[in-house]
Amino acid sequence: MTTKATYTVPGGIHPKYHKELARDRELETPTMPVLLKVSMSQHLGAPAQPTVAKGNTVLRGQRIGEPAGFISAAVHAPTSGIVKAVNTAPTATGAVAASIDIEPDGEDKVDPGLQGNANWQQTNPEDLISAVADCGIAGMGGAGFPTHVKLSPPPGKTIDTLIVNGAECEPYLTADYRLMLEQPERIVEGISIIQHILGVKTVRIAIEDNKPEAIKEMERAASKLHGDIKIVELNTEYPQGAEKQQIYAVTGQEVPSGGLPMDIGALVENVGTAAAIRDAVIDGKPLTERVTTITGVPLQRPSNVVARIGTPISHLVEFCGGVNNSACKLICGGPMMGFAIASEELATTKTTSGILFLAKSQVTAFSSTPCISCGRCVEGCPMRLVPSELSQFIEAEDYEAAEAMNLLDCIECGCCAFQCPATRPLVQHMRRGKAEAMLRRKREQAEKK
Amino acid sequence: MDNKTNGPQQYVVSSSPHAHSGDTVRKIMLTVIIAMLPALAASLYFFGLNALRLVLMCCSTCILTEAISRKIMGREAAVDDFSAVVTGMLLAFNLPPTIPSWMAVVGSAFAIIIVKQVFGGLGYNPFNPALAARVMLLIACTGSMTTWTMPGGSFMSVNAATTATPLGMWKEAWSSTATAPAGFFEQYPIMDLFLGNQPGCIGEVSALALLIGGLYLIWKRCIYWQVPVFYIGTVALLAGILYAIDPETNLRPDYHILTGGLMLGAFFMATDMVTSPITKKGMAVFGIGCGLLTMIIRKWSGGYPEGVSFAILFMNALVPLINNVTKPRTFGHLKAKK
Repeated sequence: MTTKATYTVPGGIHPKYHKELARDRELETPTMPVLLKVSMSQHLGAPAQPTVAKGNTVLRGQRIGEPAGFISAAVHAPTSGIVKAVNTAPTATGAVAASIDIEPDGEDKVDPGLQGNANWQQTNPEDLISAVADCGIAGMGGAGFPTHVKLSPPPGKTIDTLIVNGAECEPYLTADYRLMLEQPERIVEGISIIQHILGVKTVRIAIEDNKPEAIKEMERAASKLHGDIKIVELNTEYPQGAEKQQIYAVTGQEVPSGGLPMDIGALVENVGTAAAIRDAVIDGKPLTERVTTITGVPLQRPSNVVARIGTPISHLVEFCGGVNNSACKLICGGPMMGFAIASEELATTKTTSGILFLAKSQVTAFSSTPCISCGRCVEGCPMRLVPSELSQFIEAEDYEAAEAMNLLDCIECGCCAFQCPATRPLVQHMRRGKAEAMLRRKREQAEKK
Repeated sequence: MDNKTNGPQQYVVSSSPHAHSGDTVRKIMLTVIIAMLPALAASLYFFGLNALRLVLMCCSTCILTEAISRKIMGREAAVDDFSAVVTGMLLAFNLPPTIPSWMAVVGSAFAIIIVKQVFGGLGYNPFNPALAARVMLLIACTGSMTTWTMPGGSFMSVNAATTATPLGMWKEAWSSTATAPAGFFEQYPIMDLFLGNQPGCIGEVSALALLIGGLYLIWKRCIYWQVPVFYIGTVALLAGILYAIDPETNLRPDYHILTGGLMLGAFFMATDMVTSPITKKGMAVFGIGCGLLTMIIRKWSGGYPEGVSFAILFMNALVPLINNVTKPRTFGHLKAKK
């Protein structure tokens, strides 16, 4: 059943959504590119270690990267073919990581060693968690936190509420929306696997009220679930999809500063991640493809594609009919938190929920002016910080004062900078301040030793 | 790889967010100017060419001094943010119709150079430039700043018959005879005060025009309702209490609201972003403080029948303190449960 959320994000903004560009485009599968570029750093945590060498042949789903540590994830070949190179390549953030180039052989042969488990209901949770880990599942909402870690709460922590995130609050993006509309059963099966793993009865599927069709489809599909199941209709407001804010909107509880959702018994999984968990457990299918929205005004034919991970953006652009010459900015993700990238040669990863082109008219070069204390950043901040003062402390390089004002709680959602009439680079200031604060902590720790 | 798209080889790279609301300082200032147009029209209707003279004098002086002083100080030109025009209009609104032009010019230059640019320009000024300039003139040129004429009586001339403002009349009568001035309520029907047919500064007389502008600003989200509502509400409440205690010696609350500079101050001066608090709670505190001080000055000060300018200026000085004590509780920082 569907209920209206009792709470909403603190602060928040209402950007123009532009979802109409891609909203009604059904999921499509583009052709295989001539070369896949599979990064080893597609998740939060340590990049995976390549396990293949140039010249090796690989099968679809075969492991080509070993997780390097507890918070890390395995990487698999997205199709069958030949390893052309093991080199390094920049990721969307600009950091450089190991990357494996695979030339598809066109046969897309699946690794015969991969086995599904139709009897998962009778399987113990530990084995299911290792299946999830083996398949390299990482959070598909954007942050890419390794899912098996999230599903293994340390002893003493219990999770009583599973929140399934279908908010998709970033403007332009419609990947989660299409998935909920076209493949709700996959998501729902994934949810029941998570329920089984964690023994959770209470499930809340959180969707913004600008997606009534998705709410309807999910409600229909979720009737198969057992327990206390509800679809929670959130106000359409950015950032309803941010983890801590969504938990608050759904439960009215605040995750303590520096803590994790499990500290208050909650777990948030993106709808795409739930579907990937289903594929991993039931089909034994590693995460080698995902739904990506490729959109923007300069794009000929905005689309929602199910593309192999490692597909170069240029290939998807071609699939969508190309961009016109007004294209000026290319963003990996949405306009609020996505990363601007310089070249179409970058390839998709497990976390590429969207690829967005902005036209020249949508991009302005601006210089910032002094803060006029209008209070809009304070009003918009979903963490209830005071960005105006924080940014002034950081400009003055008084990082300790900024830290005392809870700088480290900033989630870099961009609400403050979106609203700032003085066009101050508030998010950059926060990032700089946070980096300096972390450096200082490291220095202090080193001095203690 | 051959690239069949028409995209550039190299896209623009910048930090997120990649979207902006489109509201800039300049746009906000233009909105404030638009919101002042009804009051400007009222001032032209009631005070004719004198109003036009003052607005032109103040605005041109503000623009000129802003441009020159920024140039001398080696700062980037900022006249195009229109904040100097806002200051000029507000100062003109706060002047009596017959004040000599040179005083308006000196006041405008003082507002821009001393109150604004010396402190670092827009954003760094602790006090509202127009208000500080008005108070400077009030102290330095008391005679000209307290010479009032009835609307219509001073259309062209600076030598019109003078009169007292309603608040001045009331204070004068009360402090000399401790009774209400004779014929006060007959001379100033409430509707006249609401429409603006009363002596006063050129931009403060018409509550109706100011209300239209103020509501427009709230609708455009350029000001928050907290400041005017708590300001006017506090004045109404205090005036109501005083009136209930002794209606003979205390002015009726509706007169307190519709006379003097309260409407102009509450909607256009106290709401100045730079010199008011950043949180809504702080704005409420600020509004209440302005209301309290305004009433204290109107009722108990020796020489001043009106207290809006002093009240707001004093509260301007308290803004950093108010910001500090009304800081929101950061999300996730819950008080420890015992």
